[in-house]
Amino acid sequence: MLLSAVIFLPLLGAILIALARHILGESGLKWIALIVTLLTFAVSLSLYTGFDATTHEMQFKEQRPWIAGLGISYHLGIDGISLWLVLLTTFLTPLCVLAAWNSIEKGTSGFMSSLLMLETAMIGVFCALDLFLFYVFWEAMLIPMYLLIGIWGGHRRIYATIKFVLYTMAGSALMLVGILYLYFQNDNTFNLMTLYGRTLSHQNLLFLAFFIAFAIKVPLFPFHTWLPDAHVEAPTVGSVILAGVLLKMGTYGIVRFCLPLFPEGTAAYTPLIVTLSVIGIIYGALVAMVQPDLKKLVAYSSVSHLGFVVLGLFALNHQGVQGGILQMINHGLSTGALFLLVGMIYERRHTHMIADFGGLSKQMPIFAVFFMIVTLSSIGLPGLNGFVGEFMILLGGFMSDSFSKVYVIIAATGVIFAAVYMLWMFQRVMFGKLDNPKNQTLTDLSLREIVVLVPIVVFIVWIGIYPKTFLSRMEQSVSQVLRQSRSTAAVKAAAPAIVLDTTTKEAKEVDE
Amino acid sequence: MSKGLITLLLISPLIGFLINGLFGKWLKNVSGWIASLAVLISFIISAFVVFPAVRSGGELKETLYEWIPIERIESLNIGFHIDALTTVMLLIITGVGFLIHIYSIGYMSHDSGRARYFAYLNLFVFAMLILVLANNYLMMFIGWEGVGLCSYLLIGYWFERKSATDAGKKAFIVNRIGDFGFLLGMLTLFAAFGTLGFDTLFERAATNTYEQVFGASTLIVATLLLLVGAVGKSAQIPLYVWLPDAMEGPTPVSALIHAATMVTAGVYMVARSSILFNLAHTGVVVAWIGVLTALFAATMALAANDIKRVLAYSTVSQLGYMFVGVGVGAYTSGIFHLMTHAFFKGLMFLTAGSVMHAMSDELDMRKMGGLKSKLPITYWTFLIGALAIAGFPLLSGFWSKDEILHNAWDGGHQVIFGIGLLTAFLTAFYMFRLIFVVFHGESRVDSEVESHLHESPPVMWIPLVLLAIPSLIIGAIVGWGGEDSAIHNFLGDVFTHHGTSDHSNPIPFMVISSIVGIAGILVAGFMYRNKAPLNEPTNPLHKLIANKYYIDEIYNAVFVQPIRGVSHYLFWKIMDVSIIDGLVNLTAFIIRGIGGSIRRLQTGVVQAYVVSMVIGIIIFLGYYLFIR
Repeated sequence: MLLSAVIFLPLLGAILIALARHILGESGLKWIALIVTLLTFAVSLSLYTGFDATTHEMQFKEQRPWIAGLGISYHLGIDGISLWLVLLTTFLTPLCVLAAWNSIEKGTSGFMSSLLMLETAMIGVFCALDLFLFYVFWEAMLIPMYLLIGIWGGHRRIYATIKFVLYTMAGSALMLVGILYLYFQNDNTFNLMTLYGRTLSHQNLLFLAFFIAFAIKVPLFPFHTWLPDAHVEAPTVGSVILAGVLLKMGTYGIVRFCLPLFPEGTAAYTPLIVTLSVIGIIYGALVAMVQPDLKKLVAYSSVSHLGFVVLGLFALNHQGVQGGILQMINHGLSTGALFLLVGMIYERRHTHMIADFGGLSKQMPIFAVFFMIVTLSSIGLPGLNGFVGEFMILLGGFMSDSFSKVYVIIAATGVIFAAVYMLWMFQRVMFGKLDNPKNQTLTDLSLREIVVLVPIVVFIVWIGIYPKTFLSRMEQSVSQVLRQSRSTAAVKAAAPAIVLDTTTKEAKEVDE
Repeated sequence: MSKGLITLLLISPLIGFLINGLFGKWLKNVSGWIASLAVLISFIISAFVVFPAVRSGGELKETLYEWIPIERIESLNIGFHIDALTTVMLLIITGVGFLIHIYSIGYMSHDSGRARYFAYLNLFVFAMLILVLANNYLMMFIGWEGVGLCSYLLIGYWFERKSATDAGKKAFIVNRIGDFGFLLGMLTLFAAFGTLGFDTLFERAATNTYEQVFGASTLIVATLLLLVGAVGKSAQIPLYVWLPDAMEGPTPVSALIHAATMVTAGVYMVARSSILFNLAHTGVVVAWIGVLTALFAATMALAANDIKRVLAYSTVSQLGYMFVGVGVGAYTSGIFHLMTHAFFKGLMFLTAGSVMHAMSDELDMRKMGGLKSKLPITYWTFLIGALAIAGFPLLSGFWSKDEILHNAWDGGHQVIFGIGLLTAFLTAFYMFRLIFVVFHGESRVDSEVESHLHESPPVMWIPLVLLAIPSLIIGAIVGWGGEDSAIHNFLGDVFTHHGTSDHSNPIPFMVISSIVGIAGILVAGFMYRNKAPLNEPTNPLHKLIANKYYIDEIYNAVFVQPIRGVSHYLFWKIMDVSIIDGLVNLTAFIIRGIGGSIRRLQTGVVQAYVVSMVIGIIIFLGYYLFIR
């Protein structure tokens, strides 16, 4: 029942807010939203404490028939991969509520209910073990996001929302075909656990049907052009959720469905996908570099960072996949925080053009500290979270049998470009003379804003110096995905790049 | 030497950083003393616990915790590796670092942001300690990029000045290019040997067989990639361009980071990897990069008019010497020069700071002159530093530089020896050009500045004296006796594997390098003493050098502008906005167009529907009745 509680608490909150909107004032509604999201986070923590890291089996499972005639069941469960994405969602949402506290000018109840419904849908996506249920949550997520951008967005919000929704729908339509095909091919089942045990036919086509839906969500080059528009037009909270959680639904889908269900398809398309990821890494970084708009810059940097994630996943070894999953969390934290920070100065100046700023460090020293830490995290400074993920991905790629080392070398130049675009942006926004009169009256962060940022920074440092907390819980699940992705004969028996099982033991003894 | 004490040594500056970083606003003048105390604690542990323990043969190699678990291979750890090499570095970092912290209290006393300054400075020491205490490459990399970060923050400390933040950014990015090499080097090593821990890795490299990578021996590839990192951090050709610009930072920062400690990290890394470089025989590449950088940077120092830039080029040049040392397998000599250089170059930067302090931050040597009588302590301490770097007999630089050149010759690198000797001449020349122009002759100081010319306060000049003493004598103390000297005895065990065993008689080398150094001083005196100095460049060669060979301009034209242009026009405007998004919008447009035309069928006129139904029925009936 724990998973259902985590999923549907926010929905209850949303209903409560909708019902209470005439009774309570604006601040009352905000308090309900905050309390509900905090409660959800608290409940989700018991997923963490109760999690058994020694098994790859799905945990906290719930299964009961839903539409029994069609074999559709309400089937939930999490492993060491989805655990972190659920926690990331429940962690970011209360921060979003708090971040939006003073910035919604119209329709607080609608805004907060949309946000809470969105949380329900996102958590549902990460917990669903029934393909039909998964699809329902996947599509349900679009509605509140559509509202958040379409109602509370910027000037070109209608164009951006429609683009976002249609782009995603185009992908999901293909996925729906794939899901139905799987259903009819496999004795009318939507049960993911049953499908895991089967060797499926027509894997290449099925792989593509699922992968394109996920690639659009990631977004993988060249499916990314919805992202800059959506980010620029979305309200701060929309951007945070979009970057922090929604994009991970794409990479999560790859790990949950594409790799384990279709090993043949994976093997067939790895060269293409890895090429696209590496292009995305460099291309995203270079285009980010020349953006005049802060939000677009961060949006393109996401294309670059998610390229790293996909690269790691398709390395198909422990380091790469673990690094990729860790990097999903890292990107959620760092980029989420970047959008929060941009939102904080947007609230003050109503612009996110870089040229409108300059010299803010003088006026906003506390803001400068947070901005610097998050910037460094995004650059991948060792000691902070981004580095651990990037290093594991590069290491995985370098030792992978799936593709050439040359890809890794090209990808690694991304760390140079990341420093270029982030530091140049930081310089133009924060350093220099405070010569724009509108900036001279800026106020530094309020206590509320500091409270929003501190938890994120804590995790940025935590993952940087002790990633084991996170890696040890995903280890078994990652091993399972790797076993599944290698299980068919079509994949050549993938020997580890170096056999060190014996030497490692010796090495450990020497170390100790 | 217990793990707890070493941990305290390491985190003491971190605590200082946190105190100044979090509560700096309320600390005012105390911040500098807190920061200094933090480094003093580290120094005391280094000098009175670590040093005696290591001298009596002790080592500490201990893993603290598992940092990044790597399934089925070997986890990457956080742990200490303390041997003689580490100890030398610890003493330099905390000893020179402490003096520079004290000096900074005076130097920064008028700056309102000094808590931030001292926080960064402490953070720097912390990162530098991680770098040298690490027992594996990846942990070393934390310190490696950490010091780069602090360098970035401190160069751009006066962030309202664009030139300062530009310089900081340039330093970080150029270092990142080097770090890209370091990173790939680590990947290569890990893929080949399954570890990044120093001891295990070196052992496996010496005994295991390994595959080739990129068509060459793994070790050759890996050491050359590591070298790229070292070249970035230690400002060698072609990545030296960030260091002269780094002089935008406060002068004590230049002394600590850009002379005494951080920039020597590349030398330390090559020395730490000595076994790999020996096995791969790639040291010769290191030596050639070093000697060419030494000469190239020295020529630029000849024509610089900014007192700190002369010192900056000099630093690049001296780092080149260290590269020659570790490149020709004379690791101890390279580290020896690293040590003496930390003293005398740190000293010279601080004295330059003292000059700036007296002259309201003036840097242009053409506006100085005759400062000897006004700033006596500054003058005499600077003179000691200059004599030391010029290789004046028996001063510290004499011993270490001579050892490097001697080893180059003995290793069969006569050309490198020759270039090194030429550079030694140039070094003596440009340093004494600076002395004569700044301290001797007529005063060219603005009358307004002249009126408040003053010697620095004790908090500043005492560190100068404390650095001048080792600059004078440390070379003789630890370097006397060649292979039997104190430094060789101390460091010998770390570098047991290195090259040349037969040494020629050192006396001729000492005589030659003394003559060359003194000649440089005399020529400089002949040209600049009591003369109206420093004309504008007239001949093309002088112009070329004065403009730093236009290297910055070339990099800008070849790399920066094209990448920016291609990104803006080709990738963003054409590829992204026009092509990809154009296709997306075109699809939408076409679908809407189709929808629009199909919509016309739904006219709402019932007669039209009836007509089309009738036509349809006729067609169907006709098909079934007549054609089938």
